[in-house]
Amino acid sequence: MTRRKPIATGSDWNFEILDAFEEEIARLADEYRLDTYPNQIEVITTEQMMDAYASVGMPVGYHHWSFGKQFLAVEQAYRRGQMGLAYELVINSDPCIAYLMEENTLMMQVLVMAHACYGHNSFFKGNYLFRTWTDASSIVDYLVFARKYISECEERHGVAAVEQLLDACHALQNYGVDRYKRPSPVSAAEEARRQKERELHLQAQVNTLWRTIPGRPHGDALPGMADEEDPLGLHGGGRYPPEPQENLLYFIEKNAPLLAPWQREVVRIVRKLAQYFYPQRQTQVMNEGWATFWHYTLMNRLFDEGLVDEGLMLEFLQSHTAVVNQPAFDSPYFSGINPYALGFAMFGDIRRICQDPTEEDREWFPDTAGSDWLEAVHFAMKNFKDESFIQQFLSPKVIRDLKLFMVVDDDQEEMLEVAAIHDERGYRRIRESLATQYALAVREPNVQVYSADIRGDRSLTLRHVQDSRRPLARSVYPVIRHLHQLWGFPVRLESVQNEEVVRRYHWPLPEEERRD
Amino acid sequence: MTYFIDRRANAKHKSAVNRQRFLDRYRTHIKRSVEEAVNRRSITDMERGEKVSIPARDISEPVFQHGPGGKRAIIAPGNKEFVEGDRLRRPVGGGGGDGAGEGGASNQGEGMDEFAFTLSREEFLDFVFEGLELPHLERKNLVDLDEVRPVRAGVSRHGVPARINIVRSMREAQARRIAMRAPIRRALREATEALAEEEGKDPVLRHPARIAELKAEIERLEKRLEAVPFIDTYDLRYNNLVDQPQPSSKAVMFCVMDVSGSMTQAHKDIAKRFFLLLYLFLERNYQKVELVFVRHHTAAKEVDEEEFFYSRETGGTIVSSALTLVDQIIEARYPPGQWNLYVAQASDGDNWDDDSITCRELLVERLMPRLQYFTYVEITPHAHQALWEEYERVEAEYAERFAMRQIVEAGDIYPVFRELFKRRIAST
Repeated sequence: MTRRKPIATGSDWNFEILDAFEEEIARLADEYRLDTYPNQIEVITTEQMMDAYASVGMPVGYHHWSFGKQFLAVEQAYRRGQMGLAYELVINSDPCIAYLMEENTLMMQVLVMAHACYGHNSFFKGNYLFRTWTDASSIVDYLVFARKYISECEERHGVAAVEQLLDACHALQNYGVDRYKRPSPVSAAEEARRQKERELHLQAQVNTLWRTIPGRPHGDALPGMADEEDPLGLHGGGRYPPEPQENLLYFIEKNAPLLAPWQREVVRIVRKLAQYFYPQRQTQVMNEGWATFWHYTLMNRLFDEGLVDEGLMLEFLQSHTAVVNQPAFDSPYFSGINPYALGFAMFGDIRRICQDPTEEDREWFPDTAGSDWLEAVHFAMKNFKDESFIQQFLSPKVIRDLKLFMVVDDDQEEMLEVAAIHDERGYRRIRESLATQYALAVREPNVQVYSADIRGDRSLTLRHVQDSRRPLARSVYPVIRHLHQLWGFPVRLESVQNEEVVRRYHWPLPEEERRD
Repeated sequence: MTYFIDRRANAKHKSAVNRQRFLDRYRTHIKRSVEEAVNRRSITDMERGEKVSIPARDISEPVFQHGPGGKRAIIAPGNKEFVEGDRLRRPVGGGGGDGAGEGGASNQGEGMDEFAFTLSREEFLDFVFEGLELPHLERKNLVDLDEVRPVRAGVSRHGVPARINIVRSMREAQARRIAMRAPIRRALREATEALAEEEGKDPVLRHPARIAELKAEIERLEKRLEAVPFIDTYDLRYNNLVDQPQPSSKAVMFCVMDVSGSMTQAHKDIAKRFFLLLYLFLERNYQKVELVFVRHHTAAKEVDEEEFFYSRETGGTIVSSALTLVDQIIEARYPPGQWNLYVAQASDGDNWDDDSITCRELLVERLMPRLQYFTYVEITPHAHQALWEEYERVEAEYAERFAMRQIVEAGDIYPVFRELFKRRIAST
């Protein structure tokens, strides 16, 4: 390979230099078959970065105090030097928007371009979760629509009313996704048009649901005729909803008896945005690992070709090492498993297994060992989420390198038990357990709508299915209070272990009910 | 495909609205911090932001979470000596928490229970002076209208291109086009009908010359129709602005401070901090308030702000000297017909023997009839003296416009200040 002259040296940059680097990175990325959305790289100042941070990177967002809180927290941490601003922020949109901070050195800009514009970008475009749950081309339009709609609501109904509603919705936003249904993408204009229709339609539906005129006596209805009067079969017997509903916000939007149409639309907006972030919550390790793997690979290629000099490369290695550092559990810097470190180690390991397999690898990964590494990493990136990715690809070598071990914490035992370590007997258990640790269903309590007493006191009952006897945290009360605001009638929550209700929560609190 | 966009010139403070919402929501918490800060700070230190802490539980955004208890497995990195089957003591305070026991603690320097952030200088002062105003401020001086404000006054035919009213101009153009084309169209229609009639006749009866003439006419009319301009300078309309005289509220604040020997350094410091608050308040909220600084011992002197706040002097005390000087300044520079007049006085209550009576007479006869508001703060932990008693009689006479308070220690400054200048509900 002929070594070329470095594109630039030193730490200063300008747009021509960035352009030149971008072109080279694009060429190399293409060689590695990284399929990306077009890149829109925006150069911004520190303040703008903090703004972007506070709105989770969204270029436009509706107004809410919690984003202000976020902003103040970021600003405070930044001022006190506790936190360098992450030097990259990238948005899953088409074109893919990535931010470069003007204070960054040249190395940083090149690194961010490789990491965000080719790493994350190709992940957004390729991973099945993102393909299924988000629509990159319409998100910015939708955000514009949401912001406009919410500020109209504020004008019409007052900031306080909207704020309260958003507070309540935010409390439930992790429970706003249909995991098994693919939503259809719509543009902002389309959304605005539909929104009008929906208002009318939705209200009509709810009206049917809550009609107070008694239905025909039970069993009287002719099977063929039931549709006309009682399309949902509500006035027959049985529980409503017939099946438990995991999408709390959707259930509220469609069924809460007292919400006004605009309130339903706001619930919907929060739900839609939650859905957009749903894949990100499940692919942290993979997404960061993938991006880190590629910035590492691409930077090394640039160096091999002589396009960056030793100085820049050293600066890069220092930064890279810091990013993928995994402090041990007893270090003061430990704060859980670093997704960058784990993801980077795993993707790097897949490459190693393909290129240089050991006996162990052949035994553990018979299909992958010795195959084309580029195919293998692309396959892994496209078809997995954190949970299944770890289940599938966490190798004994990575477990050994990170010295992973498993501790079982059982409140019925006096001591913690080390259940597995990085040895022959422990690999599978550790892999299994780590995968579960990343499963959304385990990370967040499983709470579903169990029944709505539509014929009685209109109370709503949720069920929390406990995972290994783990109870809900105390935040449960404020959350069901928010839920009560949305539902408008008493809310109950039952914790269930082995089909048996072990704990009940109410809102309003029973004492208050008596006082009324 | 990649493109770079330089957004550095774009607006920052995109989060300003959200930030404001947050501050509004936690107003009471923040106010408490601000109050403490005002009392704690030194005189030179009023004008900067302030760090505020709010208990984290008050601002948490609750979501469903796993609580402590039950059984769970944790994977952690960095095993050194453990082997399978080892039993460990539960880390202190742990059992719950996230990560692997030891990781839960905060090493952030301040507890996780506090949400801390920094108010900007502007925000800080906003909170300090919230709900305060100059009482009895009136609009005076309606005759001398030197202040003007441009206001909209319809549209006109003349103006600068920047003020062009596009909608009106286009409407005018359309009206003109309709008006100009109508007769042409009518003639055209007639000619077309005539032509059709002529051509509809039996070939024998047709009049070729007439047909040619009509065709030429139609062509000519169509050309004229074309020639009507889409827009003409005649159509242009401009937004018209006229200068409207504004009634102004001119006000002057006299800051009168005793700097005599009986005022200890601590007294002076309190007095200065009181005036500094007043100064910041006026500077910030009233662009047109003039400030006159008067300090006195046995003789009074008008000084500038620098000297007022930062220089030292001692001597005996004759309060009336200051009041006389204020009176003279009013006579010379601030005719009461045009100005709202305010006086704020600070002293330790010490005065030359008979002077207090002179003071009362001066106030009752000369000053109070012309003043909007007079405030007096007495900085003393001791019993009141003659001056306070005489002033009490003034207060009885002018209850609406005369206010006096006692300050014992620095902590009283801000509450007293707020009391003296709190917004009154339409009292006049």
